[in-house]
Parts: sequence; C-alpha cells; structure tokens
Amino acid sequence: MSKKVVITGLGIISAIGNNVPEALDSLLSERSGIGEITHLDTLLKGKFPLAEVKKTTEELLAITGHPGEKNLTRTALLGMIAAKEAISSAGFTPTGRTALISATTVGGMDRSENFFKEFLGDNSKGRLIDIVNHDCGDSTDRIAEFTGISGFRTTISTACSSAANAIMFGAALINAGIADRVVAGGTDSVTRFTLNGFNTLMILDKNKCRPFDDTRAGLTLGEGAAFVVLEAEEAVLSEGRNILAVLSGYGNANDAYHQTASSPEGTGATLAMQAALSLAGITPGEISYINVHGTGTQNNDLSEGVAIEKVFGTAAPPFSSTKAFTGHTLGAAGSVEAVISILAIRNNVIFPNLHFTEKMKELNITPETKMTRNADLKYVLSNSFGFGGNNATLIFSRHE
Amino acid sequence: MNEIYITGTGNISPQKTFGQDQFPEELINTETLMLRTFDPNYKDHVSGDMVRRMSKIIKMGIAAGRICLQDAGCAMPDAIITGTGFGCIEDTEKFLSTMIRNNEELLTPTSFIQSTHNTVSAQIALLMKCHNYNFTYVHRGASFESALLDAQLRISEGLSDTVLLGGLDELTSNSFRILQRLGHWKRKPLENLTLFNDSSRGTIAGEGAAFFLLSSAPGPKTYAKIAGLDIFTEPNDQPEAGTAISRFLERNGMVIADVDLLLTGNNGDPTQDRIYNEVTAGHFPLTARAGFKHLCGEYMTASAFAVWLSSIILKNQLIPDVCLLNDRRPAEIRNILIWNHYRNINHSLILLKKA
Repeated sequence: MSKKVVITGLGIISAIGNNVPEALDSLLSERSGIGEITHLDTLLKGKFPLAEVKKTTEELLAITGHPGEKNLTRTALLGMIAAKEAISSAGFTPTGRTALISATTVGGMDRSENFFKEFLGDNSKGRLIDIVNHDCGDSTDRIAEFTGISGFRTTISTACSSAANAIMFGAALINAGIADRVVAGGTDSVTRFTLNGFNTLMILDKNKCRPFDDTRAGLTLGEGAAFVVLEAEEAVLSEGRNILAVLSGYGNANDAYHQTASSPEGTGATLAMQAALSLAGITPGEISYINVHGTGTQNNDLSEGVAIEKVFGTAAPPFSSTKAFTGHTLGAAGSVEAVISILAIRNNVIFPNLHFTEKMKELNITPETKMTRNADLKYVLSNSFGFGGNNATLIFSRHE
Repeated sequence: MNEIYITGTGNISPQKTFGQDQFPEELINTETLMLRTFDPNYKDHVSGDMVRRMSKIIKMGIAAGRICLQDAGCAMPDAIITGTGFGCIEDTEKFLSTMIRNNEELLTPTSFIQSTHNTVSAQIALLMKCHNYNFTYVHRGASFESALLDAQLRISEGLSDTVLLGGLDELTSNSFRILQRLGHWKRKPLENLTLFNDSSRGTIAGEGAAFFLLSSAPGPKTYAKIAGLDIFTEPNDQPEAGTAISRFLERNGMVIADVDLLLTGNNGDPTQDRIYNEVTAGHFPLTARAGFKHLCGEYMTASAFAVWLSSIILKNQLIPDVCLLNDRRPAEIRNILIWNHYRNINHSLILLKKA
C-alpha cells in the first residue's frame, strides 16, 4: 500500500438501531436486535426469528425525506440512510472525486418477489415499477443520487463477503488516486427469497443464533446497511479533519472447496487472514480483537475456528461474533461489522458474543461472553466469508 | 495506468467465436429479437452430472474461462474477476417461481445456491482449486468495466501478474419479456446483421460470456494491449460525452488522428445511437468506425464482446467488412477505441493497442 488509508466517517442502520449512536447504545447495553418476524410478509413467520430493521419501508422512505419516491426498494432505502450518515459524520460534500462502492446480494428482490407473483400467472401482468429496480446496481445508483456522489460508482456481489470486498476495492481506488474519497459498504434487506433459500439449506436456527456455541443450530437472518468513508491520511490531515481509524490491511482468498460449505481446514479463511496481516505488516500477536464472521452455522464456525487456531495458535486474541446482535446481514455484513470493529476501537470495548454457553468440542478457543471495557485495542481484525468460498479479512487500527 | 497484455481469450457468443482467434468465417444471421449463444458442447468442459444442474450462465462462464486459460497457456491465474449485469437470473427466477408456486414450501436448494452473483467466478476457482483473489462486479452496464478496472489496478500495483477477467450475462425468456414491456426491443424480429439498417425504435437482445487472460507481460500468444479505461455515468448531453472522450485521449497521450478504429456500441435504436452518431460526426469525421451489436445483441456486458472483437482485429490486422459503419479503412491498425453505453446511463471508453 503506497498510501495510508484512513476512515473518516461511519454510517449504519440495522436491527440494533437506525444510526451509529443507536447501534453503539444497543451494543453497550447488550441488546440484541433479533426478534419475531414483524415486517416481512412470509409464511415462515413464527417459525424463525429475524433481525429486522425496526421500520416499515414507508417509514424508511420518510427518514430519507423522499416520501414521493414510489419505486425505491428497501435495499436502496437502507443504503441511502447509512451512506448519508457516513458522509455527514465525515463532514464533507461529495464531488466528482468521491466514489461509491456498494455491495448487495439480493438488490431489489424485496419488490421483485411481489412482481413475480402476478407475472408468473400472466406475463403481461405485474407492475413494472416493482421490477425495474431488481438488479444489484440499482441500489448503488439510488444511493449516489441521494448523497450527491457523482464520481465513479460500482457494485460488488460476492455473497456474504460483499461489503468487506467493497471496502477493500475502495482502498485500492484511494491508493491508485482514482478517487479522493470513497464511500464503501453494503446494503441488503430481508426477503422471502433469502429466508426460504437459507431454509432449504437447513442452516436457519429456530432460536436466536448462538455463534461458536457447541449447540449452535444455524444463523439468524438480518438486514441493514453500513458504509465507511475512506480517504488518504495525508489529505485528511492537511484539511485538519478527524480520523476515526486506519484501514491497515485487507485480504481476499478463495476456499475453492465447495459452492456453499467451508473447508474443514479453513483454507480460504486462513489465507485471507494471512494476506491481511502481511499487508498490515504485523504479526498475529499484534491483533487485539477479532470480530469473527461467526454465523452460528455448524460449518462456518468450525471452519473459521480451525483457521483462527492455525493463524493465531490456541492463544488467540479475544474474539466475538456480533451476529447475535445484528443477525446475518448478508451483503452488508462486512461493512456492518467494519463499523462495529471501529466502534470497538474508538470506545475501547470488546463486545460480547451473546447467547454463548458451551465450548465447541473441536476447538480450544472460546468467544468473549462478557463486555470488556477499557480494552486497549490497537489492531482489530474482521472476517467476512461468503458462498463460493469467498473469504475476506479487514484489519482496522487506532490512528496514532 | 500501466499497459496490460491480453494473452488469451475465450468467447461464447451468438456467433461461432468459441475457441477462435480469428473472426468467424460464417456468421449467424437469423430473424429474431433474441440472439442466443452458439454453444459449444458443454460436456467437453464440465462433467455430465454438473452440466445438467447448471444454468446457462454457469456453463458459459466455466467453458469460456477454461478455454481462455488454455489459449494463454496459464495453469493458475493470480486473480479471477468477473462482471455481470444481471448475474445468474435463470436460477434466481427458478427459485423465486417455485417459492411462489409452492407457497414457500417443499423447496430445494440447488437454484438458490446457484443464484448468487459470484457463482461463476467461484465455480471456476473451485474446479481448478484456485485460492487467489476472487471478485464479482454487478453494476449494470459498467459491470465488465468495473472488473477490468480492478484487474488493471491489481496488475499495475504488482499484486497480480495474471488475471482471468470475464464479462457475462444470460438471457431468459422472462428477462426478455420484462425488458420488452419496458420498451427495450424492436417490435418486429429482424435479421441481426441488418440491425444497423433498421430505423425503428428498440434493439435486439443478446447474451454471452467473454473471458480474457490479462498479463503484466506478453505471453506465448499476445492479442493486444489494454492501455486505458474510463467509466462515466449519464453524460447530460453530447458535448459532455465529447469532452469525456477528448480528455480520455489526452490522458493517454493521444490525439483523435491516432485512433485507427472507433468501435461504438450502436444497437440500432435511434434514441440510443444518437449520442454516438452526433459525437462521432463532430469529433471523429475522418476515423474508421465499426459496430458489434449486430453480432452479439444488446446486454449489460456486451462491451466484453467488443474487447474480444478488438483483440482479434489487432492481432490479425483485419477489420471484418460486416462490422464497418463507414467506408474508411486505416492502413495500419495500431489503436482501437471502444465507446459503449448501456441505456445512455453507463458509458465506457476502452483503449486497446497493437501489442
């Protein structure tokens, strides 16, 4: 990395709050956002919990101040709200030199599934307004228009590592001088499509997810959006603006084991963490806390745990999955957890891994179950793994 | 931006391009509104069991990616990067339709698993056990270009020496129908090779998978160099697009006369083609011009087909007559500028040079 890439802004909306202060308050109060299905119109209601954003789509529309815009998807609205917060917290007005790198897995599916209901019976039916925003690029375009970002924009979709990869590519754009500022992150809303999809894979827990617990029975789906603002340190310092954290390293590797399952050896996860450590130029021992991917599925937590033991040994740093707070926000998970990792650094706190009781038999390591305050967090590592063996690791550090 | 070399290609398109490093002798010319790919025997590239479960885009991607690596003599790329506008829509529609018809019951996971946008780049990695960097871009008419930008940055920064780059999209009857209702296509089917002679509104639908091996150095087989890339969104008017092109050439140390061939994304829809025609008349009055969408149809990653076409033109130093839009012919083809847009929203400029 030729330039030091720093974070100057954060924005988040998820089941634990509609902005950064609300998310931090929920985290510090150990308040999970997982609950009974309230907004999603699904026949699986009552069968599985969800971590929904506690607003209807109409209420989200009202937050954006665009109540007249009838064709916005929930995915786009979540992204608009979080990206706007990130930009205001960084305190700048986007120009043509500001880029937007967003990520999503389902795009406008929340409306496409309504369109298809009518379209399936008669292909001249279904309101076109419900399908024109289906593709992943739509939410990014809406976020760019809403926030006034007129520079380069693109969208990444690599399943559940999408937003971590967006942050990684954002850093590459800063390094190459293609943009002065990059708003990077991801957005995904819960849909019947994803809920049913994960149900067919039998990896949804009927109870709230219990990451890294021996009795874990699957993940809990969530929704949300989160964005960070990336800039070159030099530029921020010369403007006398505030730096929240440093993006010290990142790595992407492929597990190349199975389309949906992670390898028992945690090959891809190990490679991604090693690549990020190497780019950061630090040893594993310098990591103060790991925000693990920790979905709560049998397969992920074992594979990730094995990889952590490989990279860090059995004296691994404190780690926790915050998915028991936010649910698994899929395409947004990488940036949701990037924001949480930076909040940990800023507030000297390690957030607990809720719902953990029993150590996994196969592992020697256990997650943090209690809140640690006054933690001295220099480097925080965040993992995000997706279908297709897509493994991404980000390392954030305190700016000194 | 460093120049990077195209050292292998693999292209499945509506024409007989698969495994070819020359322009096909015989062209597909059918009366249609949907140009479907001319498929190789996928069983030669993927095992029979897998072929049956796979949707079109996955088969196309695996086969085109594989033949591209073979063409380049590359056993393991340092990165796999794909761009796709709609991704795996056949599997998406399949899972969505079954979910609706079965009232969220009795569903099987295969189509859900395969609906993920990064399925193709993941499957290529899986089949060859490639643990390297693996990214998928999904930004409408800038999907392939975003992937190309990432590839360029990685090679320029010395992070990867070889990148397997692909641009791909599949056409389904549902997506065709929806885009038809949105007014994308012409009313009456026409022979695809006559696309540029038809002045009615709309275009014809296409699909394809074009893969490239990009390298930091020339390979045993080098097609061309990619020297520049620019991506811009919704130019307000013709002058703005013209300015973007002039600046792009300037940044690449070129003047208009250095462009030996201008390949534009004309799709036969007068409302879509106007910007190409007006800017070209003003800026490139003496430049040889060619089109490509009469060969591959319109889709979000059609520019990947244009890069393939430019690669073989530069390699063979031959512009197929069927592509020319005017009667100018350069004596030597050193530089090709591709200017493409999707719905006049996502514009891109890609500069290729003779290697």
